[in-house]
Amino acid sequence: MIAHAAPPAWALLAYLASGVLFILALRGLSSPATSRAGNRFGIIGMALAIVTTLVTHIPAALYSGVGVEVDNGLITPFESFAFVPDYVAIFEVLAAIAIGGTIGWVIARRIKMTDMPQLVAAFHSLVGMAAVLVGWAAYLNPEAFGITGAAGLIEPQSRVEMGLGIAIGAITFSGSVIAFLKLAGKMSGAPILLPARHVINLGTLAGILILVGYFTQDQSIAVIALITALAFAIGFLLIIPIGGADMPVVVSMLNSYSGWAAAAMGFTLHNTAMIITGALVGSSGAILSYIMCKAMNRSFISVIAGGFGADASVGSGEAREQRPYKQGSADDAAFMLEQAEKVIIIPGYGMAVAQAQHALREMADKLKEKGVEVKYAIHPVAGRMPGHMNVLLAEANVPYDEVFELEDINSEFSQADVAFIIGANDVVNPAAKTDKTSPIYGMPVFDVGAAKQIFFIKRSMGGVGYAGVDNDVFYLDQTMMLLSDAKKMVEEIVKALD
Amino acid sequence: MDFISILSIFVLACFVGYYVVWSVTPALHTPLMAVTNAISSVIIVGALIASAAAGSAGSKWLGLLGVVLASVNIFGGFAVTARMLAMYKKKDKPAAKESGK
Repeated sequence: MIAHAAPPAWALLAYLASGVLFILALRGLSSPATSRAGNRFGIIGMALAIVTTLVTHIPAALYSGVGVEVDNGLITPFESFAFVPDYVAIFEVLAAIAIGGTIGWVIARRIKMTDMPQLVAAFHSLVGMAAVLVGWAAYLNPEAFGITGAAGLIEPQSRVEMGLGIAIGAITFSGSVIAFLKLAGKMSGAPILLPARHVINLGTLAGILILVGYFTQDQSIAVIALITALAFAIGFLLIIPIGGADMPVVVSMLNSYSGWAAAAMGFTLHNTAMIITGALVGSSGAILSYIMCKAMNRSFISVIAGGFGADASVGSGEAREQRPYKQGSADDAAFMLEQAEKVIIIPGYGMAVAQAQHALREMADKLKEKGVEVKYAIHPVAGRMPGHMNVLLAEANVPYDEVFELEDINSEFSQADVAFIIGANDVVNPAAKTDKTSPIYGMPVFDVGAAKQIFFIKRSMGGVGYAGVDNDVFYLDQTMMLLSDAKKMVEEIVKALD
Repeated sequence: MDFISILSIFVLACFVGYYVVWSVTPALHTPLMAVTNAISSVIIVGALIASAAAGSAGSKWLGLLGVVLASVNIFGGFAVTARMLAMYKKKDKPAAKESGK
């Protein structure tokens, strides 16, 4: 077996190069213009890492024979080695890549852009599971990974890295599966609250850490199996109490975990590419979580603790009597949109659910033909994952220079004739500024109230936002509620604009 | 490589990650997640080592399964990222036309 030997220098350099290529892949995303080149760097980096590993670890059957060497009359016996490639094993590895690759490729081709959050969650779960499998494989065959120390035992340091890698991977897996089920609507998005869940969760986490410590003393299979089982359980327990509205944070957080899992495995395997990638992905997910939390004015801890949006009857919910509001039709809206000089569109998750982005773009095109200035305003937590709305608008061919972030456009509402809210709710709720008792208090929101006219597309007056709070914008003098399915309403407006 | 060298690479890479990710435009945060997903599947390296090594049938099969899962992610992640990024591209021209630039 050749895997014992340290990888040759060129292989180490190749892994370093692929780490650098991954950095360039992320760097490319600083602007849409450079992003495609970035993605290619990523692909090259990955190909380099895979080919390097395959070449340095060709499955081979080792034959040894004994011979003699005659040198200056001195006869020395020696062992000769011959590597014969193990073609069956090579085939198996390539087949595994082909099977996985085909599945991934087909899914990526077919997935609808609105389903992107659950796809990303599903992919996270695969990274987590792969980390668990690699950790276990290293445990079962430590020699192949060169991590055996004295007496054929696994080095204690490697055991810690392995234990942590398996634990983080398992948490990523089960957490992502729950996030996937919630995002795909296969499981209620409502938080599921167990009694004493904080005690259970903290106890389980402490248990995992203690077991990882104990693993350095006793490398029996029961210990590592228990670590794995507890980590699967805690990933599940951590995500079930978190509600649908907090999913952007959860998806980012799991993204971060999948990175740390890769990094921990990189430590075990002494592999530069894995460590660099793990650190990149880990910090990327952490930063996205931070951005999402800040955009909701929530602390990371409160999101993790869960339970947000659990009870719609709390606060203003109970005092919610019928207040007068104005309802309009598509024709009314079309008439007023035509007269406007400047329209700002605020899309939210409801637009994604209704698949209204294409109709919306059509409406914007019609308005632009009539000389109306149209801009899109996107809140960082709109949708179910960071940048979700941007992708949907991009899919509908909305030029990205018409799409603005919260802080760049918020001052423009006072000059806007129409604020057009489609499928968003909490991100325009003034209670975030005025009502200290509101669960969304302190969250930065769009100042739609400053616009001369507000159109609010909503399915019905019954539902409230995911935060479960009523929205004063519904009842403003300049607000016209357009109660219908978002796509149908926008299509009717488009018709009326002709 | 000794532990300190590995740790040094890790810590420096965290800093690189921090600065690189802050420079990513918010409009591309979804492609960012998709591509980080794809690259974190570099964990396939570990799975390949396990599946190529002789000595433990259990380790080998776990490795092969790991290769399958990571491959789904690699191909799927890069393909879906490319698909998304292509959408940001094709409207450059119509955009210029529509807004009368």
